[in-house]
Amino acid sequence: MLLIHCPYCDETLPEAEFTYAGQAHVVRPADPSGESDADWEAFLFLRDNAKGPHFERWRHLHGCGRFFNAVRDTVSDRFLTTYEAGLPRPDLSTLTEDQP
Amino acid sequence: MSSHRVAGKGRIDTTRPVSFTFDGRRYSGAAGDTVASALLAHGVHLMGRSFKYHRPRGPVTAGSEEPNALIGTRRGPGRFEPNTRATVQEIWQGLETTSQNKYPSLKWDVGAVNDAGYMLFSAGFYYKTFMWPKSFWDKVYEPFIRAAAGLGVSPSEDDPDRYASRNMHCDVLVVGAGPTGLAAAHSAALAGAKVVLVDEHAEMGGALLSDPDVQIDGAGAWTWLASRLAELRALGVRTMTRTTAIGYYHQNLVGLCEKLTDHLPDLPADTPRERMWRVRAKRVVLAQGALEKPLVFHGNDRPGVMLAGSAQTYLNRFGVLVGKAPVVLTSHDSAWFAAFDLADAGAKVQAIVDTRDSVRDDLRAGASARGIEVRLSHTATGTSGRLRVKSLRVAPLRADQVGAATEIACDAVLMSGGWTPSLHLFSHTKGSLTWDDTQTTFLPKDTPEDCHIAGASRGLWGYEAALVDGDKAGREAAQALGLKIAAGRFEVAQDRTGSGVSHRELPSDRSPARSKAFVDFQNDVTAKDLRLAVREGMRSIEHVKRYTTNGMATDQGKMSNINGLNIAADALGKPQPQVGLTTFRPPYTPTTFGCFAGYHRGSHFEVTRKTPIDGWAEAHGAAFEPVGQWRRAWYFPQPGESMDDAVRRECRATRESVGIFDASTLGKIEVMGPGAVEFMNRMYTNPWTKLGIGRCRYGLLLGDDGYIRDDGVIGRLGQDRFHVTTTTGGAARVLNTMEDYLQTEWPDLDVWLTSTTEQWATVALNGPNAAALLAPLVEGVTLSDDDFPHMSCAECTVAGMPARLFRISFTGEVGFEVNVPAPMGLRLWELLWERGRQYGITPYGTEAMHVLRAEKGYIIVGQDTDGTVTPYDTGMSWAIGKKKPDFVGMRGLARPDLQAPGRKQLVGLLSEDRSKLEEGAQIVFDPNQPVPMKMVGHVTSSYDVGTSGRPIALALVEGGHDRMGEIVHIPMPDRTIAAKITPTVFVDPDNARLKL
Repeated sequence: MLLIHCPYCDETLPEAEFTYAGQAHVVRPADPSGESDADWEAFLFLRDNAKGPHFERWRHLHGCGRFFNAVRDTVSDRFLTTYEAGLPRPDLSTLTEDQP
Repeated sequence: MSSHRVAGKGRIDTTRPVSFTFDGRRYSGAAGDTVASALLAHGVHLMGRSFKYHRPRGPVTAGSEEPNALIGTRRGPGRFEPNTRATVQEIWQGLETTSQNKYPSLKWDVGAVNDAGYMLFSAGFYYKTFMWPKSFWDKVYEPFIRAAAGLGVSPSEDDPDRYASRNMHCDVLVVGAGPTGLAAAHSAALAGAKVVLVDEHAEMGGALLSDPDVQIDGAGAWTWLASRLAELRALGVRTMTRTTAIGYYHQNLVGLCEKLTDHLPDLPADTPRERMWRVRAKRVVLAQGALEKPLVFHGNDRPGVMLAGSAQTYLNRFGVLVGKAPVVLTSHDSAWFAAFDLADAGAKVQAIVDTRDSVRDDLRAGASARGIEVRLSHTATGTSGRLRVKSLRVAPLRADQVGAATEIACDAVLMSGGWTPSLHLFSHTKGSLTWDDTQTTFLPKDTPEDCHIAGASRGLWGYEAALVDGDKAGREAAQALGLKIAAGRFEVAQDRTGSGVSHRELPSDRSPARSKAFVDFQNDVTAKDLRLAVREGMRSIEHVKRYTTNGMATDQGKMSNINGLNIAADALGKPQPQVGLTTFRPPYTPTTFGCFAGYHRGSHFEVTRKTPIDGWAEAHGAAFEPVGQWRRAWYFPQPGESMDDAVRRECRATRESVGIFDASTLGKIEVMGPGAVEFMNRMYTNPWTKLGIGRCRYGLLLGDDGYIRDDGVIGRLGQDRFHVTTTTGGAARVLNTMEDYLQTEWPDLDVWLTSTTEQWATVALNGPNAAALLAPLVEGVTLSDDDFPHMSCAECTVAGMPARLFRISFTGEVGFEVNVPAPMGLRLWELLWERGRQYGITPYGTEAMHVLRAEKGYIIVGQDTDGTVTPYDTGMSWAIGKKKPDFVGMRGLARPDLQAPGRKQLVGLLSEDRSKLEEGAQIVFDPNQPVPMKMVGHVTSSYDVGTSGRPIALALVEGGHDRMGEIVHIPMPDRTIAAKITPTVFVDPDNARLKL
């Protein structure tokens, strides 16, 4: 069972308290009706299938209830970092395999 | 004294005799015995029959890796366990054990005919044999395979035992309490770490328990062990015996199965049988040691043939001579010490047969001093004896040529093919391995976990090496936690170091095709099978494994994997590391389902959510159905009524007078805040800005893909407050979706979402007399069409209780839903029940509710929709706020596929022959087209117990809205039913009944 750091609670807690919520930094357009079919298709359906660091969303469902972002290495299954929703993508080159 | 017990030997307590039964016969043993050691003390080796060939088998090991001696154990009703390893199960007064895989008896078994047919039952036998004819599968092949397959007999009674689960946190977890683990725990604890030391055996000490003559720090091994254990406990080390580390999971989570009662004669009232520990350790030291390898030669599975190290354990730990005239067959030095120990205890060792052409002088001197004949450069080519080995056939090897064979009479063969480091838990960490050609084995390399591996499990041999390496691992674990300690010092005398060589099959003069040289004892896989698999085209070790089932038995190949790899690699002509090792998976040893399930059994297996009115429904004879985690009253049968009768009565009563329904399970979400209206506009398809306070609207929730996700009536209670209802099963999902959009897409909105599902009890009254029944109880609202029309809501008082009153209908009748605080729900229900008698009030369940709503064409999300259905498909374009700039799903609805003609649309269906259609049945336009027919939709809802006078159905049909009046066809197994497409509303299409 993974250990996940909730950036809102600032605690590292077992995976069972969290739920996965898909890829991160997929922004819903401000005016969806102005989107082309291709762009809307990409927003709805097209996702990365990263081997290595993957930006994804988690929710501290059985805790504070907040959605937050994380970088998880899909090869080692380790969290490289977690950060609050709305913050920019962290620089991958600065991340180590150690959780804060 | 039993025939093979050696006085003064072993750690058992012969002053405390214990009697137990094996296959109905009573045996005596001593406290501390296992079933295997106690039977061996009586000279009994035959303990089971093998899985495939039903060959007679005895224990080949003394530990948890045992493949052969699997028994059933019984402790009264319900407490039967199959496939227990006799080498692990401790005896207690009254224990009943039975052998397995035999009929009618262990000594005379009919299934052994398979053994004579071994030429037929080779690798891939099932794949090749049970191919044709196809018609034989159901009647002949499958029953045969089912009857033949499976080890032991599954228990058929409920398990009366309890199982517990616990969490634990520690600095250092040490797995294995042999010399390595003891040293590691000691240095880590001395450095100040919080240490937990676990071992699967009843006693700590590992190999030290089998080697009492080793001297450590000037004391005998057992004296040193006792003082070291006392010291560890004084240092605060938590020591846990009979505790198996079954799996190593992410980030140093190790699962432990602690067996608490299987060894006790009387079950304590307050102790679970087993306890599953989830240990989160900062560092883990793996000191699992090494497992001895068998030698692969014809007849190596005969009872009496066992591992030399295990014979040494039986002697030194249990005081049992496994044979009085054993012969030792080895390619490793360690078996020589076993020979010496057995000889010193009075056995007449017939010979030490070593495949190597030279061995250390001290070993040869030891043999000479004891008068043991030594045969170097010898191979074994067979054994004789039916239920017990009688002789070993050996032959000299010269330049790999097998010379003339001779027979050595014996009553046991103690074999050793060297030792395999136990890498199971290390492999669970996804640790990488490296091949060591000298030791012909894999050794641990890197692991991503905070884990140290030490001692024999990383290929070291001898007690001093193990102690030094364990001490170092414990020190390094402590250092990683910022704790410092100097290296420990160990004075070891009479150490038993050694080395050896590795073999594939032993060279033989026997035709390989007629050789039964077992590699996997439990699954009856021979060397011949492995070579056959390679000849038949298996290239990957994973394929060889699955084709032959080598290593796939309950012992997970603890004894067989390396021998299997060596033979497969040879057959493939590749070095072993290129062939690779199959994956070790948890659990390390077979673990009970009870241990995994823990407390989650029976009524605790899953939550059953009940409404405040559930008890009333139960008392009034309701039948229940599960809806999500809820149990809901399904219908209320009266004496003698069938389900159809009851539902028909409930429907009619509701349409004719008044029905009462428990709607408390509906999801309820309070949406409030200055941004509440805007939030609702963005979430739901409908417009909300102009909805007045005190008014309700049917809300439709889509995904951004445009498909229907949920629905429910939503009331506006204030400028900034909405009472949202959701489907019963969708409540948590809807709240999660709302939170997701609110938190991550629209953080600009000042809105709060609160689940209030369990805070409100909801009682629905439906029918022409609903208002008359309710009105006298309501304060603050007049129940008239003018003051409180359909789709109104109000906060008021009902029967003195604070209430949220809704005038809504899911039946097509005048309807009210009264929400009161959950603790008051039952009181309200009982009051309405009492006062409703004058109207013949009838409680109805979910089935009648389904029928009544279907008659009105009201959809149920998830029944009439399936995640690919849009509001247009269901004919609900009226629910879409077309002037809104955006809502979730608006852009999705404009997708080309969702606009395309020919989509499946919701329609009504009336069967021409007035039969009830089957829900889920497929629909075709032309029943005469060739098979496979083009399916154009399916029946989503169908009832024949309603009030419309005939069976009705809802269905999704391609282009259905433009096909009103057309006939479609529903092919069934026995006939094809014609049905007419109709609108979805079967009762009161003008909604006249919704008016008072």
